[in-house]
Amino acid sequence: MSIGTLGRDRSASPMVEGRCLVKSFGRTPALNGASVAVAAGEIVAVMGPSGSGKSTLLHCLAGIFTPDAGEVHVDGRRTDRLGETRRSEMRRTDFGFVFQFGQLVPELTVEDNIALPLLLGGKTRRYAYATARSWLPRLELDGLGRRRTGEVSGGEAQRVAMARALVHHPKILFADEPTGSLDSLTGEHVMELLADLTRAEGTTVVLVTHEPRVAAYADRMVLVRDGNVTVAEPPHAQSHPADGSAGRRRPPSLAR
Amino acid sequence: MSVPITLLGLLEREPSYGYDLKRDYDAHFGWGRSLPFGQVYATLARLARDGKVSAATVEPGAGPDRKRYAITELGTSEVHEWLRTPIEPEPHLQTLLFTKVVLALILGRSARTYLDTQRAAHMERMRQLTELRRTAGSVEALLADHGLFHLEADLRWIDLTEARLTSVAKAIKA
Repeated sequence: MSIGTLGRDRSASPMVEGRCLVKSFGRTPALNGASVAVAAGEIVAVMGPSGSGKSTLLHCLAGIFTPDAGEVHVDGRRTDRLGETRRSEMRRTDFGFVFQFGQLVPELTVEDNIALPLLLGGKTRRYAYATARSWLPRLELDGLGRRRTGEVSGGEAQRVAMARALVHHPKILFADEPTGSLDSLTGEHVMELLADLTRAEGTTVVLVTHEPRVAAYADRMVLVRDGNVTVAEPPHAQSHPADGSAGRRRPPSLAR
Repeated sequence: MSVPITLLGLLEREPSYGYDLKRDYDAHFGWGRSLPFGQVYATLARLARDGKVSAATVEPGAGPDRKRYAITELGTSEVHEWLRTPIEPEPHLQTLLFTKVVLALILGRSARTYLDTQRAAHMERMRQLTELRRTAGSVEALLADHGLFHLEADLRWIDLTEARLTSVAKAIKA
C-alpha cells in the first residue's frame, strides 16, 4: 500500500500519481523516492518545511521537471517519458497553474490574460473573450475586465490567475503557494474561491502551501520531508473503512 | 467555569424560568453540548443562596420549574464586572503536547512519530472547522476562527519542535 493513498479508495485509479520519484539539482537531492496519488476531484494539500522538496514534487507531477527516476502517471497515462513538445501540450491543455506571483502579463488587461490559454489553444477570439468574461463574476472580478493586471490589487491578481488557470477546464490544477504573496485574510478568501470553484468544476487540485489555514481547505494533506512523502493519518481515520470518503470522516461540528 | 455567570447574564434581560434559560444557553453557547436541567437548577439555587438572583413561585405546585428567577442588584453588578475584566492569558506552560514529547525523548521512543500523528489530527480538525466556517453563520464562524487560530499556533510549535528534536533530546539526556 502506498503511503500517499492511505484512506482512499484504492480500487479507483488516481488522476495523478508519482511513484518513487527521485530528482536532484546538481549534487543536491530534492526528491528521494517520493510517492503520492491524488484521486479525481480531490484537493490535496502538500505541506512541508522550506527545502523539503514539495515544490519539486509539484513540478515533477506537472511535467515541468522530468524526474531522474520514478514514474509519473496522469489519468492512466505515463507522462514522465514524453518529449518536451508533448509535455508542453499536456501542460497547456490538461493542466492549470497558479503560482505565488508573476504569472500574469501586466501590460495586458484582465480579460486578455484570462482569454490567453484559449487563444493559445486555437479558439476563436470571439469565443475566448466571451468565455473569459463569463469567468469574471465567478471570481468576483465584475467590472475589472478592461483593467490592466499591473493595476489591480494582489488579491484581484490572484483571482485573475485562478480564472486563467481554470478557463480551459483543465483536469488538474497545480497551485504552488497561491496565497503566499497575500495577507492572511485576502489569502483565505482566494483559497475559499479556489476550493469552491474547483469543487464545482470537479477539478483535481494539487496545492503546495506552508500555511495550515490554507491547507485546511483541502480534502487531505500530505507532508513532504527530506524529499519523501511522509504522512500520518489522524488516529480516528485508521479505523474507518476505505470507502473513498477519507475527506468526509464525520460531519463537522464545533463540539468535540 | 462560566456557566453560572452566563446564566446570570441571560437573566439580566428579563426574569425567566429555568427552562427558558437552559434553552437560550444551549442556543448561544452550547455548540452541540446541551446544559443538563439539573445543572441549571442547581446553579440557580446557588445564585439565589448568594443573593445574586431572587426566585418567585408564580405557579401553583412545588419544584424548581415553577419558579421564575430575577437578577438582583448584586447579580447585575457582578455581570458588569465580569464583562469588564480581561481573562487571564493562558500561558499553557503545562501542555500535554510538551509532556508527550519530553516523555517520549526520556524513554527513547519516537517523538517524531508522535508529532506527525498529532499534526495530522490537528490538520483534520482544522479541515473540519474550515468546512464548518464555510457553511456556518457569522456567529459560529467567529467561534470556528478562534479554534483555527489556536490549532495553527499548536502546529507552529509542532513544526518548530520537530526541527529541534535532536538538540532537545541531547539536552534531556545530558
